[in-house]
Amino acid sequence: MTQVKTWLESWPVYRQLTGSDPFGRGSAARSKATEATVARTATADRVVKSVCPYCAVGCAQNVYVKDEKVVQIEGDPNSPISRGRLCPKGSASKQLVTSPSRVTTVKYRRPYGTEWEDLELDTAMEMIADRVLEARRKGWQDSDEDGRHLGRTMGIASLGGATLDNEENYLMKKLYSAMGAIQIENQARI
Amino acid sequence: MPGLGASFGRGGATNFLEDLSNADCIVIEGSNMAECHPVGFQWVGEAKARGAKIIHIDPRFTRTSAIADLHVPLRIGTDIAFLGGLINHVLSNDLYFEEYVVAYTNAAAIVSQDFIDSEDADGLFSGFDPESRVYDEDSWQYETEEPAQSDAENPAEAAQQEQLDDQPAVRASDQAQAAGSGGPPIPGKPKRDETLQHPRSVFQILKRHYARYTPEMVSEVCGIEPEVFAQVAEWVTSNSNRDRTTAWVYSVGWTQHSVGAQYIRTCSILQTLLGNIGRPGGGIMALRGHASIQGSTDIPTLFNILPGYLPMPHALQHDSLEEYVADAAGKAGFWGNKRAYMTSLLKAWWGDAATAENDFAFGYLPRINGDHSSYRTIADMIEGKVSGYFLVGENPVVGHPNGRMNRFGLANLDWLVVRDLQMIESATFWNQSPEIETGELAPETIATEVFFMPAATHVEKEGTFTQTQRLLQWRDKAVEPPNDARSDLWFFYHLGRILRERLADSDDPRDRPLLDLTWDYPTHGETQDPSAEAVLREINGVGPDGKALSSYMQMKDDGSTSGGCWIYTGVYADEVNQAARRKPASEQGAVASEWGWAWPLNRRMLYNRASADPAGKPWSERKKYVYWDEAAGEWTGADVPDFEKNKRPDYVPAHGAKAQDALSGTDPFVMQGDGKAWLYAPSGVVDGPLPTHYEPVESVVENALYKQQANPTVERIDGPWNRENPSRSEVFPFQVTTYRLTEHHTAGAMSRTLPYLAELQPEFFVEVSPELAALRGLTHGDYATLVSARTAIEAKVLVTERVRPIKLRDGQVVHQIGMPYHWSYSGISTGDSANDLLGIVLDPNTHIQEDKVSTADIVPGRRPRGPALLEFVEDYRRRAGVASGRVGVNGRDPVAADAGEGSSL
Amino acid sequence: MTISSASAAFTGNDPGNRLYGPVPDVTGQSGYDDDHPKRVGFFTDTSVCIGCKACEVACKEWNTLPMDDSHGTKDVIGMSGMSYDNTGQLGANSWRHVAFIEQSRAVDLPMPTFGRPGDDRHDHGPSVAGSGDHDSTAKAQASVLNAEALSEFDPQTGQSGADKQVRWLMSSDVCKHCTHAGCLDVCPTGALFRTEYGTVVVQGDICNGCGYCVAACPYGVIDQRKDDGRVFKCTMCYDRLTDGLQPACATACPTQSIQFGDLDELQARADARLATLKEQGVETARLYGRDENDGVGGDGAFFLLLDEPEVYGLPPDPIVTTRDLPAMWKAAGKAAAMMVAVAVTAILGSRQR
Repeated sequence: MTQVKTWLESWPVYRQLTGSDPFGRGSAARSKATEATVARTATADRVVKSVCPYCAVGCAQNVYVKDEKVVQIEGDPNSPISRGRLCPKGSASKQLVTSPSRVTTVKYRRPYGTEWEDLELDTAMEMIADRVLEARRKGWQDSDEDGRHLGRTMGIASLGGATLDNEENYLMKKLYSAMGAIQIENQARI
Repeated sequence: MPGLGASFGRGGATNFLEDLSNADCIVIEGSNMAECHPVGFQWVGEAKARGAKIIHIDPRFTRTSAIADLHVPLRIGTDIAFLGGLINHVLSNDLYFEEYVVAYTNAAAIVSQDFIDSEDADGLFSGFDPESRVYDEDSWQYETEEPAQSDAENPAEAAQQEQLDDQPAVRASDQAQAAGSGGPPIPGKPKRDETLQHPRSVFQILKRHYARYTPEMVSEVCGIEPEVFAQVAEWVTSNSNRDRTTAWVYSVGWTQHSVGAQYIRTCSILQTLLGNIGRPGGGIMALRGHASIQGSTDIPTLFNILPGYLPMPHALQHDSLEEYVADAAGKAGFWGNKRAYMTSLLKAWWGDAATAENDFAFGYLPRINGDHSSYRTIADMIEGKVSGYFLVGENPVVGHPNGRMNRFGLANLDWLVVRDLQMIESATFWNQSPEIETGELAPETIATEVFFMPAATHVEKEGTFTQTQRLLQWRDKAVEPPNDARSDLWFFYHLGRILRERLADSDDPRDRPLLDLTWDYPTHGETQDPSAEAVLREINGVGPDGKALSSYMQMKDDGSTSGGCWIYTGVYADEVNQAARRKPASEQGAVASEWGWAWPLNRRMLYNRASADPAGKPWSERKKYVYWDEAAGEWTGADVPDFEKNKRPDYVPAHGAKAQDALSGTDPFVMQGDGKAWLYAPSGVVDGPLPTHYEPVESVVENALYKQQANPTVERIDGPWNRENPSRSEVFPFQVTTYRLTEHHTAGAMSRTLPYLAELQPEFFVEVSPELAALRGLTHGDYATLVSARTAIEAKVLVTERVRPIKLRDGQVVHQIGMPYHWSYSGISTGDSANDLLGIVLDPNTHIQEDKVSTADIVPGRRPRGPALLEFVEDYRRRAGVASGRVGVNGRDPVAADAGEGSSL
Repeated sequence: MTISSASAAFTGNDPGNRLYGPVPDVTGQSGYDDDHPKRVGFFTDTSVCIGCKACEVACKEWNTLPMDDSHGTKDVIGMSGMSYDNTGQLGANSWRHVAFIEQSRAVDLPMPTFGRPGDDRHDHGPSVAGSGDHDSTAKAQASVLNAEALSEFDPQTGQSGADKQVRWLMSSDVCKHCTHAGCLDVCPTGALFRTEYGTVVVQGDICNGCGYCVAACPYGVIDQRKDDGRVFKCTMCYDRLTDGLQPACATACPTQSIQFGDLDELQARADARLATLKEQGVETARLYGRDENDGVGGDGAFFLLLDEPEVYGLPPDPIVTTRDLPAMWKAAGKAAAMMVAVAVTAILGSRQR
């Protein structure tokens, strides 16, 4: 009978009729799912500190991770600049990083090809290295027509977006300069 | 940012976003801050709530205008006339901050008697060479106190340097941008007249230069009523004094013009005259458009500079390190230490291989000898001069003007590497671009190999962004990137590793720079991702003891220190990643110095010595910020002083003092050779020492001020794929401006692909006034076709009174079309690409394109498809008297196209 | 057990338990203990809204709502033509909706005037005589402008061009979480309930998609999802509240146009804001949904508007659809009690077997 009573108490109509919520509009109407409500921020394994990748305001973000998946991204209220707020783009960051249309494998289009082909990442890296060395060689200039030192290649150009990290820009400029490539540009020009 | 760099010595926003809340008046001009920087805009809201006046000066009524106190709808491309009018108002009514101007600016400097102002030569300054269309800046210089100091050290070299400075090949290589941190070099300190009465004093020259920029002239040029101008002038000047400050906010609405750097210069002059630089609630807030635009120039992937705004060595000028530093050696200001910065960079890159004997491997650096900027390179690609191209998080066929020209460039490469999150249009040009439909391109003719390499998102890698107020903020890695996706750090580190392995046995001298490169970064994880923290530490620099440096003042020119970017030194001080600091705002003061790290040396407000009077006292209690503490013998206040901490306000440099020691206690602009803010720029700005109103290259209006219609030094790239609409053409009778919307991001790869953003602005549209709609029979919600000498595109029409026609004095009506540029064919939200309509003409200082203003025609209905589109546009060109835009295979010259595919290298 | 249909609760005369008019403790009325949390709400101050739609996106991200109408495919979506509003209205998939209202009128205002006296631009802008389809232009204008609102124009918040003044109003709409919530009152399954925070929430595990609530909402907020059948609307992020967080929209809002908090505190804040604006001469400012004596007993989510509610697409005088219910209940009560008793008996009977 105790069992039955417990069961009965979970039945909204019973609670409604016997409890303080005769209309069944509040406490008496709570469903199982409602009672089990828990925010996914509360169940995240960790919160990682990040920064929004869109404009240059630099809004601080908290990235909630559960089972090695990003489950929520929102503003970090501790930031003196953004005070935890995000614009629509910043608010869509989780969709950005979990987008189903992201391409996450290497694609290759051969000369005159009409279709994409798949490539292993390592293969692609080796192929690119081959091409870099060849282009560097083809475009190499030791000196100008008056014999002034140039020590460069005109065969390789690069254009980087301004969402690159400082560390990435640094390695790029360092590597390109060492290989002699000078047509190195960035969105910052645009 | 030569505009700011040449004016104040550093190319960064002078203040920080939160500080906007201290302003008594905020002018947002050349920026749509509420739409493009919504979260930063909260500080404007804060200021407004505290009673500040908010003025939005913009051709369009935007979401920023909607909550401003006053919207000033000036004609597109006329900001210099408007700001020049304000300068004239300030000067002719004695409304400038006299004590500030005399002490902290070059107003008192005397200019060479050879200088001829553009007012006296119908729009041209002295030194213009009509053939090369380049200025010789010699006549713009100061009259110096004494023979230039550096001459004493190495006269021949310095003289030769000066000559070389004027060579077109040197000019074209964009040395102005080296003013990003450290003003342009000057031969010596100028003669001064502290009464400002000398006819050749900067102050008097300025007065004469802007005398004709009257409210009536502003009205005629900008299409603004004198009463509106008067209201702006009243609010700005009454809020600029000892007790009050006015802040100016700009963005790409200023930079993307053929006179973009000069727009910023004009504002710099005005804000300097008003005494608003280096003071709380004042300054010039440059709003960058991407997460790390500031970082991408500080540590540049740009052709003309090295990290820390050190110029790339130029073949004509810099054979040796000695020559490289000659322009700075012995100079006043912090550029005087150029040799230490450069040597430290070379040590960071080439380590033990960089020795005093081999000039610290200075010869390893490749030399530039002209303009190698982005658009020039595209033209070179079309001509087959470039083999391979890396696109790293950039979608130029949508984001750059003249998409068709960009696609032709890609179609003539041997290979292309695209690193991105989504399959962007720049990777699919070979089978999906609009030129496939017109028949100008076909997969069968395009030899370009394309590698699409998936990239990691911001939460899948660690590293720093430098945001708009020069603040570095570290991101931790939250999760591993999926599948083959990798960070760009991973890609370039491993590419370098493979290249070095391939060349390990080479004895070719040209491979030495690669083989001697310091390239040992610790890696972690299964994918062997290099440690970004190790890279950041290298950027910071290391002293002789192997410990991280805490200030660039510690850098030496003897090779005992290293450091990859001197202006970032201090970010790893005490072996701590200072950029990762996240002390909650609630636990620190308003300046929040313990959140992230700002260059230089964590100074949040630049030139803050100027927040105190010459004696070192705050200008007022209300605007107290950094000031001299006599008892402690140091500068103190809310921020890190942007000044030597113990240099007394009454310090006077001894004769022959060098570098920072040559600057006095009243020289707040410590990166400038004379320590002063430059009202007049004797060097560093290639199109004139003073900003002058020119019409945009594509304008429907005649220049009311000068015979010279447009910027005489504007840079053009000629070809059938980049035809220009003639100015004042009846065939292209309307002005067009492009811009962003809150709901999308730049070329769209990060927004058009996301459902929640795509649905908010689902289609490409243009905004037109009811008057233009009536004139051309355009229907709200239906399609219209826009035509230029480049191509024709179609867009939905949004008729709105927020876009206004401007009626000029002579009765001419200027219609303006608004065109957001986020779209192309990929993603969820699609449309024609606005940038396809635009041509490429460039600011000669920055090589930035003028895409904020162009001309076009607009007609109802959809555009022709297929080859009919080419004929449609060609007909327009014919009628406008423009040369043919027909191209051969893959966009090459119709005749030369037979030569074969791929690059001709 | 017996239920008297004449009990105070059912007549609507009990001040703590009525179907219309002010209710001092709507949460307590719904059966929560005395130590229940204070009633929370939204105060949306449209005078600082910049129309960025962060609220719309943050809401969708948190609540994982589907994209509107197209299920993520292109070509289904299109520009609405209603200024920058492409969301259109609140619905099952859009729990926040930012309305954009463009207004303009010729300048003849007693304010800092920016037109020169006698200037020829005081007509309606430059002449475009001759070509053009004037009808289509007129139609076009009508679709983005609200003509009725022009007479109410407020000089302090409208911006001036030379010849005409333009005003662009933006407002983020949301479920009002009414004191007397029609949706909740008519819900036959108990799917809609009032939470311990005083908010009104749909329980997805109960809703059977009958749709009675849709017609009962005086604001047209609650909506059935097409491919699902059930109804969905703003929950004021009930789950986030249980974690001590603010709702996603209020968390994101860059300008604090959307403020979340204890309702009484928000009401005081709103009153002060209104007073400030009035002091500044913004005569057209008003609060909407703030009045506890209105037809829904005041809203849990209320607004500061700069024009008539109709201009924003809000009903000027919303009345809870169940206001006249008590009279009907007297007749229906007995029948209902009898059916409940039968149901209880039947179930208990089946259990015992």
